[in-house]
This record gives sequence, C-alpha cells and structure tokens, in this order.
Amino acid sequence: MRRAIRLCVLLLGLGAPPALLAQTPAPAAPQVLRVCADPNNLPFSNARGEGFEDKIAALLANRLHDRLEMDWGMAKLGFLRRTLQARLCDVVMGITPGYPGLATTRPYYRSAYVWVTAADRHLHFASFDDPALRKLKIGLHAIGAGGSNPPPAQSMAKRGLGGSVVGFAMYDSAEVDSPAGRIIDAVAAGQIDAAAVWGPFGGYFGRPYGDRLVITPMEGDAALPGLPFAYDIAIGVRKQDTGLRDALDGALVQCRADIAAILADYHVPVVPNAPL
Amino acid sequence: MKFLQQRAGRLARILILALPLTSPALAASVGAGAEWTVPGGDPQSTRYSTLSQITTENVKTLKPEFSFSTSQSGTHEGQPLVVGSVMYVVTPFPHRLIALDLTKPGQTLWTFTPTANDAAYGKACCDLVNRGASYADGMIVFNTLDGQTIAVNATTGAQVWATQLGNLSSGMTLTGAPIVAGNVVVVGNAGGEFGVRGWIAGLGLMTGKLKWKAYSTGTDAQVKIGTGFKAFYAKDQGADLGTTSWGGTTLWQLGGGAPWSWITFDPETGLIFYGTGNPGVWNPDLRPGDNKWGATIFARNPNTGEAVWAYQVTPHDGWDFDATSETIAVDLPFEGATRKLLAHFDKNGFAYTMDRTTGQVLVAKPFVHVTWATGINLATGAPTLVAARQPHTGLPTSGICPTPLGGKDYVPASFSPATGLFYLPSNNLCYEIEPLKAVYIKGAPFQGADTNLSPGPGGYGGALIAWNPVTGAPAWSVHETLPVYAGTLATAGGLVFYGTLDGHFKAVSAKTGAVLFNTVLDCGIGSNPISYTAPDGKQRIAVYSGLGWLASGLAGTTCANGGEVHVFKLP
Repeated sequence: MRRAIRLCVLLLGLGAPPALLAQTPAPAAPQVLRVCADPNNLPFSNARGEGFEDKIAALLANRLHDRLEMDWGMAKLGFLRRTLQARLCDVVMGITPGYPGLATTRPYYRSAYVWVTAADRHLHFASFDDPALRKLKIGLHAIGAGGSNPPPAQSMAKRGLGGSVVGFAMYDSAEVDSPAGRIIDAVAAGQIDAAAVWGPFGGYFGRPYGDRLVITPMEGDAALPGLPFAYDIAIGVRKQDTGLRDALDGALVQCRADIAAILADYHVPVVPNAPL
Repeated sequence: MKFLQQRAGRLARILILALPLTSPALAASVGAGAEWTVPGGDPQSTRYSTLSQITTENVKTLKPEFSFSTSQSGTHEGQPLVVGSVMYVVTPFPHRLIALDLTKPGQTLWTFTPTANDAAYGKACCDLVNRGASYADGMIVFNTLDGQTIAVNATTGAQVWATQLGNLSSGMTLTGAPIVAGNVVVVGNAGGEFGVRGWIAGLGLMTGKLKWKAYSTGTDAQVKIGTGFKAFYAKDQGADLGTTSWGGTTLWQLGGGAPWSWITFDPETGLIFYGTGNPGVWNPDLRPGDNKWGATIFARNPNTGEAVWAYQVTPHDGWDFDATSETIAVDLPFEGATRKLLAHFDKNGFAYTMDRTTGQVLVAKPFVHVTWATGINLATGAPTLVAARQPHTGLPTSGICPTPLGGKDYVPASFSPATGLFYLPSNNLCYEIEPLKAVYIKGAPFQGADTNLSPGPGGYGGALIAWNPVTGAPAWSVHETLPVYAGTLATAGGLVFYGTLDGHFKAVSAKTGAVLFNTVLDCGIGSNPISYTAPDGKQRIAVYSGLGWLASGLAGTTCANGGEVHVFKLP
C-alpha cells in the first residue's frame, strides 16, 4: 500500500517513469479522462478547477497518464442524462455506489449529513425528536423535489418541523460565488441557529470561521430506518465502460493517501465505514 | 390598440369564410384563419382553425409538401407561427428563430440567433424546451430558456428589444410562450424545482420594459391581490393567503408556483388566465396548509397585473400536479343561457368547466382514472381527498392516479365550436411513491429515486378524448399504446389532428373519433399541429417532430437527426 501511495505522489511530481508504469496493469482507459462537473459548485467543482472533486479528478488523470478534460453541466435533475449519458464526458465524480444505470467505482470517501452550529451556543441535538428543534431556526438547502428531499428535510417533515425551517436557495445568478455557502454564513452571523447540510458543504464553508463553528455528523433517524445519513461516494461511468471503471478503481487505491490529503485540505468531514 | 384593430379585421375575414360551415354566433368569437399568429391559434387558446378545405372526405389524400430540419435535439414542444407568407420556428435551446419563406417552401429567409447568456451552462444545462412565439405589431416575441424575452422584427429578423428577466444559473428559466394582450407582453417563469418563486410579468410591447410582476406566493401586495379581487370560494378568500396558508412556516419564500406553461387572453372580458405550478421544493409534510398560490388558476388584468379572481385547483399539492395545463376561453350555452366559460383539464385528472368572469366551478369530472380524490365539491370548490393516496414522509404510497406527468400534461387541448367538444390528449398512468430516496441534488448524495409508472385500468398508455364541457363526460375516445403527449388541432373541416410519441400523425373525425388519416414520421411528435393558408390559397397542416429525453423515455426511441417541421397539403 505504501508503495502505491508513493507511486501516486511520484507521478504527480515528476511525470511517469516508464519503469514504474510497466509494473502496473495497463489501464483500459482513453487518452483523455473526460469529466463532467458543475461550473459553480464549490467545494465540489467549479470552472477554475478549484473544487476537491476537480483536484481528485486531476490526480486520477495523472495516475492513468491521461490528460484531464472537463466539461460543464449544471448540476440539477437530469445532469447525468445530459452529460455522461449524452457522451459529453466519460466520468462523473461524486456518485453513490450502485447508482441505477451506471457502473461505479469503489468509494473514495464517506461523509454524512451534519449539524453546523455556533460553538458559543453549545447546541447538541440528541435526535430529531429533541424538543429544542421546535424552537430554533434550522437552515435547509431548498433542493430536491417533494418526496425526494435530503435526509434532514425528511426527518424534519416527519416531525412536522416546517415552522423551524429556514430555506436557502442553492442556485443564484452566475455572479454570485458559491450560493450554497450562504447557509453556513447565516449560522456564523447568528441569523439561524443551525444548518443541516451535507458534510462537505459544512466543512468547506465552515472553514473560514475556524473554531467558532462546530460540525457534528448526524447519526441517523430511528423514525426513518430506511433513510441513510452517511453515504459512500464513488465515481460513475456508463454501465458498459467497466474497463475505465476498473482503471479508476486501481488509481483510487494507489492514490488513497493523496485523496485523503485533498479531502482534509477542504475540511470534508469524513466518517468511517460502517463495520462489516 | 392598433393591434386589436388589426385583429378585429382579421377575425372579420375569418367570419366570412367560416359562416357557411359553423354556427355563426360561435364562429365569430374563436378560431384562427389564414394565419396562425399566437400560440393557441387565437387569444382564447382554442387551437381551432376556421379553414375547411381539408375535410373528413379528402383528408386521406393529404401529402407531405415539405419538411424543414432544425438539426437540433430536444423536444420541439410548441408550434410554428404563420404570418402572411412567412412561417416562424423557434428551436429548443440554444434557440434560433428561423423565418421560412412559404412562397418557396422550405427556404430560409433569415435566422435570428439571440445572445445566449450564462454560456457556461448552455451546453448541458437543462431541459431545452421552448413552447413557441407570439406575433404582434410586426414583431415576433419569444422567451429564451436563459431568461430573456425578445422581440424581433418579423420582416427583417432584427432584434427590436430584449429584456433579461431571470438567470439560468439561479434555476429560473422561461420555457413558456409569451402572449400579447393589447400592448402588454405577458410572460411566466419556470424553475420551481430549484426553489424559484413563481411570477408572471407584463412588459410593454413596444419597449420590453417591465410594467408589472405578480408573484405566486407572498403577501397580497406581492401577489397583486387588491381591492378588485374576489375569489368565488371561501377557501380562496382571506388576507395574505400566499403567506398564511403555509402552516406558520416561511417556506413560501422559496415557494414555487411557477406558471411555466400557457397563458390565455380573452378580449371579451379583457382578462388573462393561467395556472401556477406546484408549491415549491418542499416535502409536503414540511408545509402544512393549502400552500397558496401553488396549483392555482388566476384571472388578472393584463394592463396592471392585478388579480381579479383565483381558484386553487389542488390545495397542498404533494403530487406535483401543478395547475399549468392550459385554460381555454369559450362561450357556450349552459343551463339555458350562453355563459362565458373557461375550460381547464388539470394534471390532477379532473376537467373543470368554470365561469371565467367569477372563477366559479360549474362542472368538475374526472377525464382519466383518478384515485387521489373522489370528486370536486362544487359548493366549496375543494377536492374530496382519499386519505390513503396522500403522500407522507416515510410511507410508501401506491396506486396514485394520475401521475406527476398528469392525466394530461401541458400539451394543449383544442375546441371545436362546430361540435361544442374539447379534444384532449391524455395519459392513462398510475404510480407509486418510493420515498426517502433523493433524486439529483446539487453536490449532495443522490440515489436516483424512480417514480414507478404503470398503465391505468385498460392497460393502454393514453387516449385522445372528446370531452363535453357541459355534461362533464366524454363523447368518445381513441386509445393509444403510449401516453398522448402532444397537443391537438380542431378544424372547421370536421377534423382533429394530433401526433403520437411513436411518430404517427393522425386526423380523426371530430364527431366520431374515426381515424381518417394516419402517416408515420421518422421521429416522434411532442408538439401542437397548426393550420394555415399558404400563398397558393390552399390550406396546410403543419407539425413539429423531434423528441428530447422525457418524451423519448416514454416513447422508447430518440431522434437521431433532431427536430423537423412537416407541412401537409392536399394533392
């Protein structure tokens, strides 16, 4: 494993020494790693390649001695259909394993929905049944579609906590940088008491506030046992592109330490795998 | 006002043509003549053509005259316009407005390509649709997906004005066709699934300048509900219902209700009519209450935007029913007197015949299999709900009919004054809700929740239904294997034209539903046929083919070469 890690670093720094490449199985990959992503979706991706998914994609392209080529699609319902399935690209980062209609790699990180609160408030929610939630202002991203809202919205809906919800749009005009981060700024500014967001949003947008904000992964919801709050995240390719998937799998293993470093750099709250 | 005079002149010409064939009192009020200048054929949106050269006798001899390829993918949803000897085609995004010379069939006069904003998103942003343009005062006016309303000189193809009303990157798009009411262009937005708040706006026809904007949620002032407003039913009366009917929450602020589909103008009452979308992105259990004004039909004054009445069709819409199906203004004998009616065939499966001056529901009957409600209470205006078919968090719910695609979606019906019947495209589908699985969410994990659709009773996918708006019952129906996901055209020749997702273009008898013409195009149809008189004085029928992802998914096919306009004529 250590050897594989060094390989990944070595390739990044110095290019690909032929002798070392010969030791790895020849990847069934194209000459260009074509990745589709949203052009304004930090911390995941943006048009300047500043997202952690961009960095990980570049790392993998280097490892596969492919040139990275990005194409852009607005991350919304139909994203995969308009990008990957329309052959605008071959790879989409940030897919849950086993996603219908795709082949997916092994996971390269696992995160959870998190509470983001101000440290000086000392808020701790034992569960969604915590009576305190009824009296507080809880920020939620306005995303999804009714029955397909993200897990914290489902749990709050189950308790009829709509009165506590403050909605935040995730989209805005192109001039507004990272509209998805406003919900975290609102916690820091005391406009809301807590934000319930997907981990990477909390970690990245909370970073400028340092210790003033506390990020707590959610444990799950006993009232909705079928609803996961932590997710493995993998890479998606078209279902038939198993060669590319296998090549990416190999590169993910070899680049594990570098990926971990990138995730740490973006303050992505990584949660351990559930015990097997 | 000049526009109205021109229109009156045009209607007078139509009347002369139409008199021998149809009831004079009705023919005077509705229908398109030699030209097709507005999305619905006439401002009332009847999609009725007074042309009668193509008849039930000779329709079987219809032949293709020409076709024109837009070379563009995506569903071609709307309809072309014909003004004089020019046909105008708006393509899906990135849009082009193409002027075709009908004196030289299939030849392009000019192409106008608007500046696409938010270019970074352009290539793969959206469901790329456009539902057509309107003609007024020498201009073609249309909306762009990236949030512009644009007026183009109909002769030269030069831009007259362009007004940016929203941002693609914020999730707000313009997919509907604008209409022109007097000297006001009326536009409604789309994008409720992003938490975009719905609005409708009036722009000056000559300038493109914003005159008014009325939101679908919010305070009465924001919704433009003032002293001139009178809802017919108690359930729709009260102060600031656009904020107070959300269970004490503030979720109305990202409340949806986008009027993304058709708008009707009735010159007789001087009102516009349209329906709003479902209430916002939120799980229905988060937003207890009626969630006004989602899934609502509004009547407004087009000059001021002020609401005259409102009727919430589906309170607390948790099924994504919207109320965005078209509204059609017709005058018909009803219980002994001619009444000013408004017909609306909702996604929720009920056909509503309303008094368009008051918003009173006179008839409301299901036109497809409906399980979420047992009926509409005409005394209260409210649906009688079936508890087991209400979606709730964490509870799988099956056997809900119709589906989020609607008993009939935005694809518009037509009306024939000769038969007094409406001709509706419809979907015979039911579904189950599989909760707790997220569909695509920006940057967050998603699991691709499928809505499991299945055919309703009878096993067929859809039907063309001839509907009697007075009795609230079908006169006949033609079953189709697939959902009927394209609009209809009724003509004074006693015909109804419609296309199918598997590429059949058909004409049936308006009286009996007997199929009299059936041709197969090389690509499926998701658009609305029109009729016009070509420069040779002969009647034509035109329709787009071309399917994007949704329609293709239903059809099981895609269109390799993009969309086309097909024009048919008699030999």
